[in-house]
Amino acid sequence: MSEPLLRIRGLRKSHGSRLVLRSIDLDVAEHQVVCLIGGSGSGKSTLLRCVDLLDVVDDGTVHLGATELTDPRLDANVARRRIGIVFQAYNLFPHLSVLDNITLAPRQVHKVPRKQAEESARELLARLGLADKAHDYPDRLSGGQQQRAAIARALATEPELLLFDEITSALDPELVGEVLDVVADLKQRGLTILMATHEMGFAREAADQVCFLEDGVIREQGTAEQVLTDPRHGSTRRFLSRVLER
Amino acid sequence: MEQQPTAELNQPAQPSGQASPGQEYRPSPLQQERERFRRTRKRRNSWIATLCTLAFLLAVGAAAVASPGWDRVHSLFLDGAEFRRTLPAILSGFLLNIQMFLIAEVLILALGLLVALVRVTRAPGLQPVRLAATLYVDVFRGVPTLLLVFLVGFGLPALQLQGTPTQPWVLGVIALVLSYGAYVGEVLRAGLNSVHPAQRNAARALGLSEAQTLRRVILPQAVRNVLPPLLNDFIALQKDTALVAVLGPLEALRVAQIKADFAFNYTPYLGAALLFIAVTIPLTRYADRLQRRAAQRTWAEAGA
Ligand SMILES: Nc1ncnc2c1ncn2[C@@H]1O[C@H](COP(=O)(O)OP(=O)(O)OP(=O)(O)O)[C@@H](O)[C@H]1O
Ligand SMILES: [Mg+2]
Repeated sequence: MSEPLLRIRGLRKSHGSRLVLRSIDLDVAEHQVVCLIGGSGSGKSTLLRCVDLLDVVDDGTVHLGATELTDPRLDANVARRRIGIVFQAYNLFPHLSVLDNITLAPRQVHKVPRKQAEESARELLARLGLADKAHDYPDRLSGGQQQRAAIARALATEPELLLFDEITSALDPELVGEVLDVVADLKQRGLTILMATHEMGFAREAADQVCFLEDGVIREQGTAEQVLTDPRHGSTRRFLSRVLER
Repeated sequence: MEQQPTAELNQPAQPSGQASPGQEYRPSPLQQERERFRRTRKRRNSWIATLCTLAFLLAVGAAAVASPGWDRVHSLFLDGAEFRRTLPAILSGFLLNIQMFLIAEVLILALGLLVALVRVTRAPGLQPVRLAATLYVDVFRGVPTLLLVFLVGFGLPALQLQGTPTQPWVLGVIALVLSYGAYVGEVLRAGLNSVHPAQRNAARALGLSEAQTLRRVILPQAVRNVLPPLLNDFIALQKDTALVAVLGPLEALRVAQIKADFAFNYTPYLGAALLFIAVTIPLTRYADRLQRRAAQRTWAEAGA
């Protein structure tokens, strides 16, 4: 395998006195979809936030390509421009229309002229099935539409790496599919995605790799097929039987 | 954010078995009966409200007229001829109040915004400015506005510094700006802190700088959140322009005072009061409306 796009080594992170991530080693190769699974509170969100520099790590390194993101001398804003993140709670800007939500970063950060930014935004919206929602405000959209708008916002800056944090867990069951279809489409287009998810069915179908997170370490990592159908670790097996029961 | 109920509200719920697709919707007899009942009840309620209000006003009016001091009150405060004679002069004085209000409002917003921004940022180089802003707010919120008007109005010229303004109304505006800037700064700071931290994270994650995040994401939401209390402060400011009367410029209260002293009749004060009310009531109604709208929006965002 060639040099991975994202390389995490020995990452450690506590919240207060609680050690959430003990020592994480994880590689994400280009054009791969890697799913993070694990119980609630196992630190999936924390890991993604550390990668996007929204949390400061306690130890270890995160490399994006040749850049060490964990270097405090690095300008976090510049590094973040190469990464897009979508949150569980969408976090769209309520005072901006969907179109303005999407064009904000291209226009402000990447200095794309307004016309051009809006053109690309409309293309994105059309691709995500939101063509008629450009001028609506987020509170007028359904949960699934808001989440797709948030994905469009993250895609607008053409990031090298996408981080998705349980982007379907706030959605009603019938809306989950529409968002996962979007992720499958992104995989088709060759984007690199690291996502935390509770959707085992989706992980099996779309993920190249699945990582099981427990006790602050990656307990097991392998192809989706292997981890989900033939787990090596007892704890992985127990976790899977717990979530698949429901 | 659960959005489903909103979607349901958009479509009128139709009683089952009533409407087949493609057919015009007609309310069921049950619904028609409900609406008739609601209309009757509404009519009845407005009758009750009107009657009660009238009865109350009558009672108050009768009590006032029947009271032993009514004749004195009537001639000292409610002299119609005096009212008509003095109102034009008071009105032209009131224009100065409006002028002070408008100028002060703009300066207060600028000062308040500056104070609020300085107090919420964490840039290490701004530490001395941050301390100064905190001190300013602490001091000027504690000093009564009237006292500040005295201090600036009489104290500042006494310093005999080069270039200090001497017109009383300008000194009055300075005092009002200093006093209200501290209040408005605190309101805006509360607004900045009221924006959910996730919004900040979302903006930073997109690569926006600290300043861009503040300007494009945090500030617009903050101002929207505190618009009603901000408007309340400006209503209070509009009234407090009358405090400048102690410095002697011919604004509404000062003019009324002169007229009242001249004729030994307090009706001019009533005229001035009416002018202030005429401006503050529409402003208050507008603030109420904004407050209601803000409440509705909070509901919508909570997904309720
Ligand atoms: N800002 C914070 N301050 C203190 N503790 C935190 C903070 N954020 C997370 N934690 C704690 O860290 C642990 C891991 O949280 P995290 O959100 O990463 O879990 P998760 O795997 O994403 O869980 P879920 O599946 O429920 O989203 C939890 O025990 C949580 O209580
Ligand atoms: Mg999480």
